[in-house]
Amino acid sequence: MKKPVFKQIDGNTTNYWMLLALLGGFVLAAIGSHFYMEHGGHYVTGMSNQIVWGLPHVFAVFLIVAASGALNVASISSVFGKTAYKPLAPLSTLLALALLAGGLMVLVLDLGRPDRLIVAMTQYNFKSIFAWNMILYNGFFAIVAVYMWTMMQRSMNKYSKIAGFSAFIWRLMLTTGTGSIFGFLVARQAYDAAIMAPMFVVMSFSFGLAIFMLVVIASYKWTERPLGDATFNRLKNLLGVFVAGVLYFVIAQHLTNLYATEHHGVEAFILRDGGIYTNMFWYGQIILGSLIPLAIIYHPATGSSRSAISVASILIILGGLAQMYVIIIGGQAYPLELFPGKEVSSSFFDGMVNAYKPTLAEGLLGLGGFAVALLMVAFAVKVLRFLPESLADEAVDPHHIK
Amino acid sequence: MSPTKSDHKTDQYRRKFLAQSAAVAGLSIAPGIVLNQVAHAKADSDKASDTNRWGMLIDTNKCSKGCTDCVTACQDENGWGTGETHSSKEQQAQWIRKVTITDKQTGHVQSLPLMCQHCETAPCVDVCPTGASMQRKDGIVQVDKHICIGCRYCMMACPYKARSFIHEKLELQKATAPRGIGTVESCNMCAHRVDKDQNPACVEACSKAEHGAMIFGDLKDANSAISIELKKHGGEQIRADLGLNTGVRYQGL
Amino acid sequence: MMSLRQFAKHLVVLVGLTALPMISNAGDLGPVPPKAKTKASEKTECVEPISEMRKNHMSFLKHKRDETMREGVRTKTHSLTECIDCHVTPKKNGEFARIGDSEHFCSSCHNYAAVNVDCFDCHSDLPEGASNKLHSLNKKNPHHKELAANGSLTKETLNVLTEGDNK
Repeated sequence: MKKPVFKQIDGNTTNYWMLLALLGGFVLAAIGSHFYMEHGGHYVTGMSNQIVWGLPHVFAVFLIVAASGALNVASISSVFGKTAYKPLAPLSTLLALALLAGGLMVLVLDLGRPDRLIVAMTQYNFKSIFAWNMILYNGFFAIVAVYMWTMMQRSMNKYSKIAGFSAFIWRLMLTTGTGSIFGFLVARQAYDAAIMAPMFVVMSFSFGLAIFMLVVIASYKWTERPLGDATFNRLKNLLGVFVAGVLYFVIAQHLTNLYATEHHGVEAFILRDGGIYTNMFWYGQIILGSLIPLAIIYHPATGSSRSAISVASILIILGGLAQMYVIIIGGQAYPLELFPGKEVSSSFFDGMVNAYKPTLAEGLLGLGGFAVALLMVAFAVKVLRFLPESLADEAVDPHHIK
Repeated sequence: MSPTKSDHKTDQYRRKFLAQSAAVAGLSIAPGIVLNQVAHAKADSDKASDTNRWGMLIDTNKCSKGCTDCVTACQDENGWGTGETHSSKEQQAQWIRKVTITDKQTGHVQSLPLMCQHCETAPCVDVCPTGASMQRKDGIVQVDKHICIGCRYCMMACPYKARSFIHEKLELQKATAPRGIGTVESCNMCAHRVDKDQNPACVEACSKAEHGAMIFGDLKDANSAISIELKKHGGEQIRADLGLNTGVRYQGL
Repeated sequence: MMSLRQFAKHLVVLVGLTALPMISNAGDLGPVPPKAKTKASEKTECVEPISEMRKNHMSFLKHKRDETMREGVRTKTHSLTECIDCHVTPKKNGEFARIGDSEHFCSSCHNYAAVNVDCFDCHSDLPEGASNKLHSLNKKNPHHKELAANGSLTKETLNVLTEGDNK
């Protein structure tokens, strides 16, 4: 097989600069939102003592989960030896780092005391999965950076297999840790489930690859470099498998909950009575986010169309955000079961569904995370050799299967 | 008249009697004095120790629906309830609240105060990334706001929704209850009062008004009023199924 | 290689720029913190010698805060509340300076040194019970109705109203 030739993009068209300006604008808006929130306090947001984590966390957790998934393509090439994916491996590591940076930015900027970040990075309560996550996130940056280095510097290529293996194990631990943030919470009916951790791992496969596909399709289209069907189909089929995987875990989770009477309250809330959460679940997560993309990916009429698959990827991302919204905010909206079987009321909004009205500032902060990630990728491919010059079938795999 | 032999003997008997009475009296009072010194022990320089475990017992049968004496007392003592002028009602801090419970089957209505339950294995302490959410050796659970980064994970973790986040700038805080923007707080069982051998403000107010619904004391001291009452009539935890071994117990649930 | 002349020119510019802030701050003798409530005497010593305090007050406070918060030790030595009680005193016009004003004890030095003080987001910057607000007038008294509407009375108004009263 011919060795892929990597080359920086030219990046000298007006469209490219406009893209950077657009993304930069969103980043500035996010920073502005942060100052607005921090200056007077969180009272300007829709978050409260009842809905403690809001839209920023939906975006942040989504980006962090997608980050570990974006590393998949590189892992498949290094760990599982599928050489057809090798040309895309450096881009995969770049996207992973960028998405994690974006997600963490949103998370840190939403803290009540972001000036105490150094405390969070030096004082650890090792019983806290949150503390472990901080170690995992920082480690992810280091390990993936080293992995990227082993792939991009010729003399280091011989270490890329071991680096790739370490990165693969680390990202599994990281996503397990992220899922466990919710899985370890005994207090709330919607959490406290062992399935959270593996479900988040499979979600990371799906979301990460969807974003990766969009980045690949867009960058090859806009730089007019060839993207062959072999690569395209491989990625597309893999995406279909991951989306189906997430759907399986969601079904397993809800069926298990429906079997236990004690969970019927929260299940009825999510699946039927929850208003916006029910709509997000069925229309957002299931139909738009899972069923329609599966149909697009596997239907012969749409499966080979670049634009159709792009639409499917966007729908998967939107469905993923909806899924995060239902998990994070829906889980808090449902009241705590302090006295099972009794009606509860108080001045602190016990016993009732809690309302949440997200504000523009929170939305801009969340979108800023996406913008930071994409800005990093768009800039990096111009200065360093992340993108193969050609992903045409002959260049990638002379013995390709169409 | 010169003292006769019998007078001298009487004096001797009197002296003996007085000496013996004094001894008996002394012996009977002494344990009281010693015990009192042991119970009333904490000097300012003493550290909180695990020989104590502070707890509360609340008799919901004595708690009336309209009464909020404990809530008002807590507000006065710790300086919350006013001053958060920008925050919505959902965003304002509440350290303690009265909860009304109606049994759907029987229609029976109950009322009780709900505050941080000071669990032995507190979920909020487990999940805090920096260790700001902490438990003192004597069982009091509180937030060390010096290292709190305001991530609100403890608020997600608390089964009793006991914690509040401060959503705006505050000023003129009470010297014994510092509280500030961007950090999380909750009932700390008036640790500053407990350290001076006083009752928490809520318990004090309930006793003063003679409702008698709240008792505070040392769960590790078998002779304390709370331990005796718990032994006699029992006391349940809210969400006992979680196995948290709360320091706050309720009767009549 | 530059000539000696060029080098001399660069040197003059460098020295000049470096000296500029020193020249503009000439005569600045440093911060002047306001006086504490009780001056040290035989009966009430200062907590630590002045030079000790200047160098180490942050360490004293940091250790004490953990002792009090985590261990429940409530002695007065190095207690922040005690510092504020003694050092934060009203200005000549009876009002208290707030943290951030250069007349507040802590800010007088911290503003000068441009070092952020983290304490007062949570701790009150005034002694307990101190306030710049006077109690509002009894709203039920018909004489007070107008003034009471705003809820507070400034010192100036009070002085005018009580002029000539027996002190």
